[in-house]
Amino acid sequence: MNNFKTLMNGVVTENPTFVLLLGMCPTLGTTSSAINGFGMGIATLFVLVCSNVVISSIKNIIPDMVRIPAFVVVIASFVTLLQMVMQAYTPALYNSLGIFIPLIVVNCILLGRAEAFAAKNKVIPSFFDGLGMGLGFTMALTILGAIRELIGTGKIFSVSLFPEQYGMLLFVLAPGAFIALGYLIAVVNKIKGKA
Amino acid sequence: MKKLQSSLRNMLLVLTGICVIATGILAYVNQLTTGPIAQAKSAALKTAIAQVVSGFDNNPANDVETVTLTLEGKELTFKVYPATKNEQFIGAAVESVTLGFGGDLKVLVGFDPEGNILNYSILETSETPGLGSRAATWFQEGQKGSVIGLSPKEKALTVSKDGGEVQAITASTITSRAFLKAVNQAYMAYAKQETSQTTTQK
Repeated sequence: MNNFKTLMNGVVTENPTFVLLLGMCPTLGTTSSAINGFGMGIATLFVLVCSNVVISSIKNIIPDMVRIPAFVVVIASFVTLLQMVMQAYTPALYNSLGIFIPLIVVNCILLGRAEAFAAKNKVIPSFFDGLGMGLGFTMALTILGAIRELIGTGKIFSVSLFPEQYGMLLFVLAPGAFIALGYLIAVVNKIKGKA
Repeated sequence: MKKLQSSLRNMLLVLTGICVIATGILAYVNQLTTGPIAQAKSAALKTAIAQVVSGFDNNPANDVETVTLTLEGKELTFKVYPATKNEQFIGAAVESVTLGFGGDLKVLVGFDPEGNILNYSILETSETPGLGSRAATWFQEGQKGSVIGLSPKEKALTVSKDGGEVQAITASTITSRAFLKAVNQAYMAYAKQETSQTTTQK
């Protein structure tokens, strides 16, 4: 499999949100607006790329029986690092994502890719796999966030399209996340079924 | 390169090694970001204070005083940020926390020397978006439930449902009550801090 194919695999064929349905907790929790979804996606993308690269480069010195704890330590280190950097330089985004930043550690996409891809492949393909999965996740979260923000408050990326009082509050709240995600998955499946 | 065997020695060495390296990197980054994090926090605090008490020329965050009050059998601590202009006391911002509908509601309230509310700002909230979260604008000047210029001095502020003069946020009475409770408690802390300061000065 070449690198481009690996990349597109994450974005389209095995999109973590729409196809694999991994990492549902941050997906539903942080997508109340497009910018939050985008921020969460980028944060996950960063950790995914770094942990994939590191794990695939040290995979041979990790004995099989302790590979999961080792992966978790690597992932958790990158998350903590990201958390400190975000707190220092993007405090507003850090505040709005709140608890979901430290929770990236237990995001199943990360451990899933470490176990299923990075632990079996070389560094370069692992990098592209992390990038593809991260981009797919970012894309899905941004679309979901944009839809919820638009229907809920009449804005996209805080740019007002119609007055807020016509918005459906439901879409900003938790049930709206499930409804929007359900329809998005249906649309994706329909498109994929044709192709 | 062949994979290492899962012997006890290998496992111990590898895991310890990984943890040591990770800790080292994190300690280094922590050292780098401690300064900027503190800066970002104090900048955010200063902006919030400037929003509720304007026109000061000191740094209220440096002169912070903690006030302890015993309310409903619980000891609560408040942070009072006094604002001065040319050494003249022009008011204070008080940080106050109450339990809202969805969790803690942290409010920063600005008072002038007479105890009238200058302005307020919501620092932390987990109220329902679109309902309770409207507290951020609802009680502002010119809005339906404006509390600007009112004073909890004579009588604690309450919503009209409880016989008060402040109109509650539609469909969010609990948030409104929590908000006014925070404001009233902030005033009590402010009044207590005021009296203790004037007595020590005399």
